Amino acid sequence: MKVTNKSSCTAAGYEAFGLKLSQNQLVIALAGNPNTGKSTVFNALTGLKQHTGNWPGKTVLRAEGTFVHRNTKILLVDLPGTYSLLATSADEQVARDFLVLGRPHAVIVVVDATCLERNLNLVLQVMEITPKVVVCVNLMDEAARRCIKVDIEVLSQELGVPCIPTVARDGKGLTKLKDAVLDVATGVTVTSPRQVSYEPYVEQAAARMESRIRPYLPGWVNHRWVALRLLEGDISIIKAIIDHLSKSSEQISLQEGSAVWAR
Amino acid sequence: MTDTVVPLSQLPKGASGTVKYLTVQGQVRRHLLDLGLVAGTRIESIRRSPTGDPTAFNIRGAIIALRNEDADQIFITVDNNMEEKNEGHK
Repeated sequence: MKVTNKSSCTAAGYEAFGLKLSQNQLVIALAGNPNTGKSTVFNALTGLKQHTGNWPGKTVLRAEGTFVHRNTKILLVDLPGTYSLLATSADEQVARDFLVLGRPHAVIVVVDATCLERNLNLVLQVMEITPKVVVCVNLMDEAARRCIKVDIEVLSQELGVPCIPTVARDGKGLTKLKDAVLDVATGVTVTSPRQVSYEPYVEQAAARMESRIRPYLPGWVNHRWVALRLLEGDISIIKAIIDHLSKSSEQISLQEGSAVWAR
Repeated sequence: MTDTVVPLSQLPKGASGTVKYLTVQGQVRRHLLDLGLVAGTRIESIRRSPTGDPTAFNIRGAIIALRNEDADQIFITVDNNMEEKNEGHK
């Protein structure tokens, strides 16, 4: 199966994140709130085939690991546990930059079944960046103990992405999770993530901003998302894009006008 | 339920309230919103540290400690279900 994907980053692009990719390997990012069992999921999926280090230029711990599922090699990148991706801390910035610029083939968002409400904020934020999302509803045993019933089917429908119940501690649901992730990464499953729509005046401003920035940004960047961040007054994303492009020798896609943003 | 809006820092231990609005600005505001502190969120005061600052609150299923200076800028209405739980206050 050919798994190369236009929308995903080049090997050089991943090197900018300190990742070495072997041929036909899929890159999957693992995101989630703190204390959702994200590391347990990571360990359960990759076993001992792990490598830890730091994110380039950041004192933020990174773990990456590999596994093979249905004859496909997968590189799993553990992102820092965050409540949000709005880059108010180094952790959030690392997670955001990897999702936006690293363009993984798919993203697993691990959520805690016992307090879904607070976890879905991150899910919505990730779905604003990329449609290739699988939600891993972890700690189902804990939820059952507290008499919390999660209707996985309705949740999947509402979110528009596959949701897989798991008990990572006992290895339950992981095969289904791997199946779902592979299907999303290779395009077998096409998701239709629920998009947050803002007040009309915000939407109008975002659309205007989007058309203004489009000529200056590479085609693979999610322009609407960048426009929304700029409306929030967050310019750090522009710097991150420029840094990434200069590091990953993807300058070809950088147009002359981009220099305007660097100043 | 009273409609008087008070700062979160005045919520007695064991009592709960509903968030009305935040006056805090900048990154702290962003972070509080990310933690789920939006208008309409139920919040319960769990315990206060021996020095009286910070205070632990139950916000959407997670216990989170907030400094008084931040709790001063979160405005809530106190829910009318306190019974006799607030003996620990002051």
